[in-house]
Amino acid sequence: MNDITIDARNIVKHYTIKLGFFKTLVTKTLPVVHAVDNVSFKIGKGEVFGLVGESGCGKTTTGRMLVRLIDPTEGQVFFGGKDLATLPQHELRSLRRRMQIIFQDPYESLDPRMSVFDIIAEPARIQKATENEEKLTERVKEVLVDFDLVPPEEYMYRFPHELSGGQRQRVAIARAFILNPEFIVADEPVSMLDASIRSEVLKLLLNMQKKYKTSFLYITHDIALARHMCDQVGVMYLGKIVEQGRPEEVVHKPLHPYTEALIAAVPVPDPTARRISVTIKGEVPSAIDPPAGCRFNTRCPYVMEVCKQKEPPLTEVSKDRFTACFLHIGQK
Amino acid sequence: MPLLEVNDLTMHYQTMRGWVQAVDDVSFALEEKQSLGLAGESGCGKTSAALSILKLLPWNAKIMEGSINLEGKNILKLSEAEFRTQIRWKKVSMIFQGAMNALHPTYTVGHQIAEAILKHEKVTKEEALQRAKKLIELVGMESSKTQRYPHELSGGMKQRAVTAMALACNPVLVIADEPTTALDVIVQAQVLKVMKELRSRLAVAMIVISHDLSLIAETCDHTAIMYAGKIVENGSTVQIYKEPLHPYTTKLISAFPSVLGPKMELSSIHGFPPDLLKPPTGCRFHPRCEYAMEICRREQPELMEAQSGGHMVACFLHGREKA
Repeated sequence: MNDITIDARNIVKHYTIKLGFFKTLVTKTLPVVHAVDNVSFKIGKGEVFGLVGESGCGKTTTGRMLVRLIDPTEGQVFFGGKDLATLPQHELRSLRRRMQIIFQDPYESLDPRMSVFDIIAEPARIQKATENEEKLTERVKEVLVDFDLVPPEEYMYRFPHELSGGQRQRVAIARAFILNPEFIVADEPVSMLDASIRSEVLKLLLNMQKKYKTSFLYITHDIALARHMCDQVGVMYLGKIVEQGRPEEVVHKPLHPYTEALIAAVPVPDPTARRISVTIKGEVPSAIDPPAGCRFNTRCPYVMEVCKQKEPPLTEVSKDRFTACFLHIGQK
Repeated sequence: MPLLEVNDLTMHYQTMRGWVQAVDDVSFALEEKQSLGLAGESGCGKTSAALSILKLLPWNAKIMEGSINLEGKNILKLSEAEFRTQIRWKKVSMIFQGAMNALHPTYTVGHQIAEAILKHEKVTKEEALQRAKKLIELVGMESSKTQRYPHELSGGMKQRAVTAMALACNPVLVIADEPTTALDVIVQAQVLKVMKELRSRLAVAMIVISHDLSLIAETCDHTAIMYAGKIVENGSTVQIYKEPLHPYTTKLISAFPSVLGPKMELSSIHGFPPDLLKPPTGCRFHPRCEYAMEICRREQPELMEAQSGGHMVACFLHGREKA
């Protein structure tokens, strides 16, 4: 597990907001949305890294930057020894073969006018990965079987509208696996599915991940699910990773007050267990003008003076355990 | 006498391809101040059952059989005009799925809440607006928020505003259809807390419809599990979660990962929910059930008391000797 597949270093994404013509003339600096700010992490070979956070915290933007569907404003993303962030397009194209992305909504990510066969074969065709059509057909059948869409002949010539939500998402995942990529970004792949179907899709996904030792960035808002899926989790809040570590440790001994609140807020499927408690008030502040100091200071129950002035860096507090909170890293 | 009694409710939708048997022989009862969770996968008929109570069904829906008694009166017998003036919103109101996105964008939130009051009660506009302010405070927001337009509020606040709207005419029963699906966990927890507090403070009964069993475990005293248009298990929430009897319930519960409990392998239910145009013969769950027996293919199991304390289940594995 020492091989590092993805090494993201201080990646930043800022979106400048366009104002009207006259406002642009009188405003010195345009307002900026701080979508992702200085995020760094590594994903080892065959490792599943979970990125957990509420909507708008920047987790999807981070995922897209890792496969460079979005260009980072600053920072570097190393994949296979090359910095993706600055790689020219023609070199990027050959690397694309080794990384894929699975999108959230299988109702929108599949072209309604393409058959399942064409959808799954498309990456292989673009990359000219197979020698001829027969080999391609073989390979498509193989991945269909891998994802339990059997017999493959029955599904190959169907169109997306003839499939249920669970089947669609399996097709979307099969498409990501056809080139045997080393790295896959899975952006909430099961959030649109029903609970009973969800676990089946996840099982297939994990089996394939183990079989091919694929590295994963698993993006989710559900910390309980992240715990079941991931080897490492990073908790994001307003564009920053505030805590990182092994899921069992993060869930049972959260260090950052935000992680604590996030876990406390998850409803438990057990009527006799402890009830949900809300430890924090209010809502996520705007990313256009994030609070000074620690970004969580406006909602934190343990807020101190220093939190409003200085920004706590993400610091390793024990082995592979990181947090960005002055309660744990000391007020240097 | 229970507050609400649904007896043998059967509701079908007419389509080009035939009748969709969306709700089939559904019975449940709800006492005053009680909360009932109606759980199941999408398309299992939980929303259709709830919409039947409010008579808000689309034109192609037909209630084939059954009665719905509210405070002892069969409300299915009322004419639309009587229903509108006596029942809807005055006695029974609803928080619709995605209601927060259905707020009118060009009216203030206060105006929209007041409108619900003005439609149903003889009060002046000023009084209605005053009451809207009180309601907004009740759901934990500042009363000045009544002057805001929906786009100025966050998702959690909009959800609270539609909750306030449901409470506008002091109903005895509120039906909440997936009240928190579009919200983030922390905001969801805040909204759920408000809903729970309101229920104990206003003594209003509630039906919570959700596919999320953990949400129902948090909010309801009683739970009914629906599958393919039928209630397969019904009992107190503790009974359902601690001693599930129906194979579907067991599977559904273990399909949810727990955040703090022991880490288990997630179970999945093989196959897909049936097509309700042609539901399977016998027990509707039998094609996906690992305990399916010969009898399950032929006969429909009745929902009957399997254990003490009103725990009902529709499965031949349980209480067969009584059949």
